[in-house]
Amino acid sequence: MTERDTRVNAADSSSVRNVPTGPARKGPTGIEPARITAGQPGGARATAEREGSRVVLDGKGIYYKTLNEQIREEIENGATEVILNNIIGQRYIGTGLAYEGVTVLINGVPGNDLAAFMNGPTLIVNENAQDGVANTMNSGLVIIKGHAGDVLGYGMRGGSVYVRGNVGYRVGIHMKAYGSNLPLIVVGGHARDFLGEYMAGGEIVVLGLDSDVEAVVGSYVGTGMHAGVMYIRGEIADHQLGKEVRIAEPSESDQARIAEIVRHYCAVMGLDSEEVLRRPFHKIYPYTSRPYGRLYVY
Amino acid sequence: MSPRTFLPAEFKVVIDKEACTQCGRCVHQCGWNVYTFDEAERRPVPNHAKCVACHRCVTYCPGEAITIKKNELAFRESDSMSPALIKGIWRQAETGGVQLTGMGNDRPYLRIFDHLLLDACQVTNPSIDPLREPMELRTFLGRKPDLVEVVSSNGKPRLVVELDRQLQLETPILFGGMSYGSVSLNVHRSLAIAAKELGTFMNTGEGGLHADLEPYQDNIIVQCASGRFGVDSDYLKAGAAVEIKIGQGAKPGIGGHLPGEKIDYQVSVTRMIPQGTDALSPAPHHDIYSIEDLRQLIYALKEATDYKPVSVKIACVHNVAAIASGVVRAGADIIYLDGFRGGTGAAPTIIRDHVGIPIEIAIATVDQRMRDEGIRNRASIVAAGGIRGSADVAKAIALGADACAIGTAALVALGCHVCQKCHTGSCSWGICTQRPELTRRIDAEWGASQLVNLVHAWTHEIAEVLGALGVNAIESLRGSRERLRGLGLDTATLEILGVKPAGR
Repeated sequence: MTERDTRVNAADSSSVRNVPTGPARKGPTGIEPARITAGQPGGARATAEREGSRVVLDGKGIYYKTLNEQIREEIENGATEVILNNIIGQRYIGTGLAYEGVTVLINGVPGNDLAAFMNGPTLIVNENAQDGVANTMNSGLVIIKGHAGDVLGYGMRGGSVYVRGNVGYRVGIHMKAYGSNLPLIVVGGHARDFLGEYMAGGEIVVLGLDSDVEAVVGSYVGTGMHAGVMYIRGEIADHQLGKEVRIAEPSESDQARIAEIVRHYCAVMGLDSEEVLRRPFHKIYPYTSRPYGRLYVY
Repeated sequence: MSPRTFLPAEFKVVIDKEACTQCGRCVHQCGWNVYTFDEAERRPVPNHAKCVACHRCVTYCPGEAITIKKNELAFRESDSMSPALIKGIWRQAETGGVQLTGMGNDRPYLRIFDHLLLDACQVTNPSIDPLREPMELRTFLGRKPDLVEVVSSNGKPRLVVELDRQLQLETPILFGGMSYGSVSLNVHRSLAIAAKELGTFMNTGEGGLHADLEPYQDNIIVQCASGRFGVDSDYLKAGAAVEIKIGQGAKPGIGGHLPGEKIDYQVSVTRMIPQGTDALSPAPHHDIYSIEDLRQLIYALKEATDYKPVSVKIACVHNVAAIASGVVRAGADIIYLDGFRGGTGAAPTIIRDHVGIPIEIAIATVDQRMRDEGIRNRASIVAAGGIRGSADVAKAIALGADACAIGTAALVALGCHVCQKCHTGSCSWGICTQRPELTRRIDAEWGASQLVNLVHAWTHEIAEVLGALGVNAIESLRGSRERLRGLGLDTATLEILGVKPAGR
């Protein structure tokens, strides 16, 4: 950087006092100021096109914090359909969003923690999603037309996540059900290791569609699982299962539930449900609700 | 024939027959079923083996007839194989189980607080009388700005820097996280009422927030732990701040396990899990395997709560300073350090007694590390795990803490006799139990007044210490290790603490 450039930058930063939008300014200690890490308040806002209760936001180059603030503002102001274009890795879209009857359509690839702690809305991702989708989600529906990454549905306690493609490692860990809250994850492709670890309720369905890998699930399936159920379409070897689960053929009521889930999923994804249901499913369930009940002496 | 057990009773219940009024109150008061009432002889008969020395019967006996004594069986003396170890081996040989315990580490490790002495003014710079002069104990927890810029607008000073949200405490003492499920709802109510009255905070622990506590939510820090019990967007928004629990001083590196017996209807509603199932908190958060992942959760919680302060609670382990630096850089507004003497509702004895480091060391090393790295302002330090009195609070603050959290001391104020049997759920004092006939023994208003009295008394004592030191604000003591001297500490420990030996 030339001397002149430096001067220009210094002038810029003083004119927009404490609203850092460019590279991090060094504090007196030589360490970047805390405010930079806290987000970039006052950054550029997304352009919005509104039509009735529908709004289109252009996310290109917009900082996540600003974008998410705008999404909340639009919904507060009556938008029920929010379309986000040019999304490139912005984190926390839908995080903590607690509204009924709102749909957010995402064009592009959203960043980590999509729909974390979400309570109510429907999120549709037309491409891939990244890690941490639906972390501790409470209710609502997340539809991902592409693949999703690791730790999807961690501690999820309600609502549904439908993924058309594959998912990564540690999916559905410690999902739990309570009362009418019954979390559901449906994976169109395959899932990697540690699926449903510590699972304490809810349902996971893996369909193994268009999968070119040998196994539709990885290893350590359901390790520490103590409630809930998984339905897997495809073969599973014993060594893939955690110590706390058993495998069985689905009962009649299981079959009915599988059909119900698959039909809804296929309707959403535009697939032929009868074709999907033609191949057999396996049921994975915990053999006790208290796997560690006899471990301790008082 | 093999003996039923090798284990002798730990205590002897001695009843003075002259003083006993045969009222049978001891039978009803004991949560451990020690007593049966012999109708023929009209007297209570104790089963010594069941006694835990909680003194509930002693306190409530109208004739003051009951004494609890140690069952002092003589063993051949051995520094190596103590009676406690021998009994532990017997217990495990008979059951094959992992030994569980409650409360904090009871081993005779060095208590550093007891080897630190505070300074006072004499002759030169005069001391201050806190009874007649104002003492500022108000404490703000949260991220402070790197620079404070003030401009003049219309002749009035205006702060240019946007301040992060802070927690305002009227005294540098708050209540540590104890979950509903491990302690009773009346304990939670007592803590919440007291926190509001004192202008400080209680912490839900990881068991969710009962609906009855909603009126106190401005004085409640809600916890988000690996099990995510009771965590939803409403819960997160309810609290004044959110705490991510990574670890606990009593059991660093291991998860939690609330047995199904303790999950009654109310606990189940609050935790949002079915009644009677085990509540397992995994040892790590499986969505946090790195500082970057922690940062992701911190900011997810901030997004979900309109940027409330986020606290990260870690157990003090060998490398605590480096870990704390990472936690602060991950964006934590408060770092909660829990020392190895911190209490628990249940932990394997081996972990409680042998894992972690003292809070005194952790405060000093974390504070120093953050200063060295120029990030001390980015997070407040809350110290906990072995804070037993106001002297510990003053020393902890002098070592570099912003505030101290108390758990065990708060429970002792409610009647806890530190019998270390919290994990059994039979607490006769109604603290660490969900049995309705026991939990109703604590009246929340009474409990709150006990807690308010305790914290008021400690606050006065801290003000006395400040006055003696010749300062009129807790801020002047914070990190002021020059006002501490060590007595009987080795050179390396003094150096780590940043404290001179007495006399220098």
